[in-house]
Amino acid sequence: MMQHARVIPCLLLRGNGLVKTKKFKDPVYVGDPVNAMRIFSDKEADEIVVLDIEATLQRREPNYELIHEMAGEAFMPMAYGGGVSRIDQVRRLIRCGIEKVVINSATIDAPNLIRESARIFGKQAIIGAIDVRKTLFGSYKVVTHAGTRDIVVELDQHINNLVSAGAGEIFLNNIDRDGMMAGYDLPLIRKVSASLQIPLIVCGGAGTKEHLIEAFQAGASAVAAGSMFVFHGKHRAVLISYHCGEKIEHKPL
Amino acid sequence: MIAIIDYDVGNIAAVANMFQRLGLKCLMTHSADDILQAERIVLPGNGAFDECVRNLRSSGLIPVLEQRVLNDGIPLLGICVGAQMLGHSSEEGGESGLGWIDMTVSRLPAAKTLPVPHMGWCAVTLTQSENPLLSRLEPDARFYFAHSYYMKPKNSTEVLLAASYGLSFAAAVARGNIAGVQFHPEKSHRFGKQLFEGFARA
Repeated sequence: MMQHARVIPCLLLRGNGLVKTKKFKDPVYVGDPVNAMRIFSDKEADEIVVLDIEATLQRREPNYELIHEMAGEAFMPMAYGGGVSRIDQVRRLIRCGIEKVVINSATIDAPNLIRESARIFGKQAIIGAIDVRKTLFGSYKVVTHAGTRDIVVELDQHINNLVSAGAGEIFLNNIDRDGMMAGYDLPLIRKVSASLQIPLIVCGGAGTKEHLIEAFQAGASAVAAGSMFVFHGKHRAVLISYHCGEKIEHKPL
Repeated sequence: MIAIIDYDVGNIAAVANMFQRLGLKCLMTHSADDILQAERIVLPGNGAFDECVRNLRSSGLIPVLEQRVLNDGIPLLGICVGAQMLGHSSEEGGESGLGWIDMTVSRLPAAKTLPVPHMGWCAVTLTQSENPLLSRLEPDARFYFAHSYYMKPKNSTEVLLAASYGLSFAAAVARGNIAGVQFHPEKSHRFGKQLFEGFARA
């Protein structure tokens, strides 16, 4: 039976506004988060991921009030990430009305957080997020803290650590592709999906529907995209859209 | 009033949010008095089976739930692990469920192309059309699933909706006034709204 392929808008929070970056830099304001959430919900987006790109760097709490307000508009599953390093934050976020908490930097700084969160809230509520950059030698380097910090653990090992700790999904983002709209890093998707037993959400590079299909064919379980859903035309006019005219059907290989 | 049982498991605000958006009066509660007043009950549930069962037991609400659901016969809707708990037991843990529906819960088989947890939208097939829960559901409905375990009713006539993920499984079950859905109607756009309306207004 055909599985319905998940296509996930990925929204970036900066302060109380939504922005879109290129290679994790140069944030451009693209609108009001609650309004954007309402639009994506009206368009029946499959799911939504919201990432606060400053919370970890500023060492501050998630903006619970805003997250609660956004969740009130989301009649599809909503994930939140940014500044999550303690179990009480995970609990409070879920009480705000979201389904999934995204944990990235804390996978290094608070290695027990995923294990503890998965035990209490279930694996399905925990997404382990990984940001990578390609090195000059063609291998992948894992980075944390919004791309500002290198970690020493190898990508394969890092993924294994997250899976064995109890992550229910992996969210994989190639920073070099972020905002470029030139397609996902397909070799990376093939490499990671080949040995992964849990769903893989990929992010970074989507510009067209063909890019989404390529990512599914390379082994992604779900595709996330930012620019594609907030910019329109070559001058990158801000226009929120969700291309769901014909749903992408995904036949497992 | 619809009582949404609050026993500290997962995202119940989303359930309340959808009922409120539909103009239906609901209350997130762990008070027996509220449950005595309720006309409908929603039993949510997220995470591990044992954790949910233990939380529900230590809430002390099981006797009042039994009174309202088994004696008074008011409609109850279990969601996700809240639905699985309606059965006798689960492969996920050692605790006993409520046993209100004659079923057990098994783990989804893992396959390379079908990772577990099963996470995402899935079409459902109607197997029983006369249940009021489904009275407002459009034909091509699909729902959001997030689960590693599935319900196995002994009696196939108690399967309301079927879905498929490597194998065909019960997406919704019902026995009389008691129903359970494996998916998350509160996060399934208009399809979830249709199901909630069927539950609340039928």
